[in-house]
Amino acid sequence: MADASELSGGEESQEELMTPAELIAKLEEAWLNEKFSPELLENKSELVECVMEQITHMEENLQRVKKGDVKASVHRMEIDRIRFVLSSYLRSRLQKIEKFFPHVLEKEKSRADGDPSFLSPEEFAFAKEYLANTEVYLRNVALKHMPPNLQSIDMLKAVPEPCLDSFVFLRVKERQENILVEPETDEQREYVVDLDEGSQHLMRYRTIAPLVASGAVQLI
Amino acid sequence: MFCEKSVELIRELHRMGDGQLPAFNEDGIRQVLEEMKALYEQNQTDVNEAKTEGKSELIPSIKFRHSCLLRNQRCIAAYLYDRLLRIRALRWEYGSVLPTTIRFHMCAEEMEWFNQYKKSLATYMRSIGGEEGLDITQDMKPPKSLYIEVRCLKDHGEFEIDDGTVILLKKNSQHFLPRWKCEQLIRQGVLEHVIS
Repeated sequence: MADASELSGGEESQEELMTPAELIAKLEEAWLNEKFSPELLENKSELVECVMEQITHMEENLQRVKKGDVKASVHRMEIDRIRFVLSSYLRSRLQKIEKFFPHVLEKEKSRADGDPSFLSPEEFAFAKEYLANTEVYLRNVALKHMPPNLQSIDMLKAVPEPCLDSFVFLRVKERQENILVEPETDEQREYVVDLDEGSQHLMRYRTIAPLVASGAVQLI
Repeated sequence: MFCEKSVELIRELHRMGDGQLPAFNEDGIRQVLEEMKALYEQNQTDVNEAKTEGKSELIPSIKFRHSCLLRNQRCIAAYLYDRLLRIRALRWEYGSVLPTTIRFHMCAEEMEWFNQYKKSLATYMRSIGGEEGLDITQDMKPPKSLYIEVRCLKDHGEFEIDDGTVILLKKNSQHFLPRWKCEQLIRQGVLEHVIS
């Protein structure tokens, strides 16, 4: 049903053709990275769209299958799994947006034109509404009843920032040389490490954040 | 002692444990706001006095009161914000309609916030990839099997599943249903997943 050639529709034209298997692998990659990184990563709306299309496609195919066919339940299960990964991916993004909304929006504001946006247009709209909604709420319930000099709260200071110094597990997909590791204690000096392909490490997120973004390492 | 009321608010939330929403403490908030007003007015008079009569010995107490004011503001904001987070979690747990017992514990502004949040979330979910969007409040756990055994905990009435069959969800009846259809009913406490 969901065979290799079927997804290669219009929107993949600028990239190379991707088989559904590759597409799902990409989704899983994005999902794990998003799940384990402390900060919000770049949005993958194109990927999300493709997967959504794939799900719809599979569901359509499923309608044609006779009732009680074993194949049907296997595919039904597959759809469920894909939908779970996709939902979970989008959920963890949304959770981070809600948790760090002032910082997410600040980052978006300071982004140079032409740089890729971290938020998809829909997520951006959501984040803005969330901020406005929360500000209105705080003002109406309490802040406007406070003394004049205390009627505002700096959201950027009030809401905690993502902790980029937290440790993450990662697997190396492309060999990296001379990664600078910051010292942990006063006695230690900073030092460089080489990351071999396929090796696994536990490091501070800050050190390898650019590698996650470029896809050279995978968080696990 | 100053700030005691506002810390009490925080403690109240802390005592409730995760996910539970205690009744909105309007009285507590009002008392803190009154305390802030008193502190502020006292500070205004002292500042004037310090300026006009050069009483520099007033400055420490002005500073002290100002710190209390800031602390009160911070505690109130924390109290309100933490409640919002709990209310947000309820949206994910119960869906867009909250049980009356919970609504009873919310103030009007919180209801407004909730409705707005609900709307934003719905708009967002509708916009995900293509026509219908995707309900990401479903599929909370990785699927293990297609069908699961569920027991009905209360009368829910008729329930239609994907292929058009209608089943009657009666209290204490047991059914074998597609997992993706009953996830929300389980969270609402209508159904119970029977693990044999």
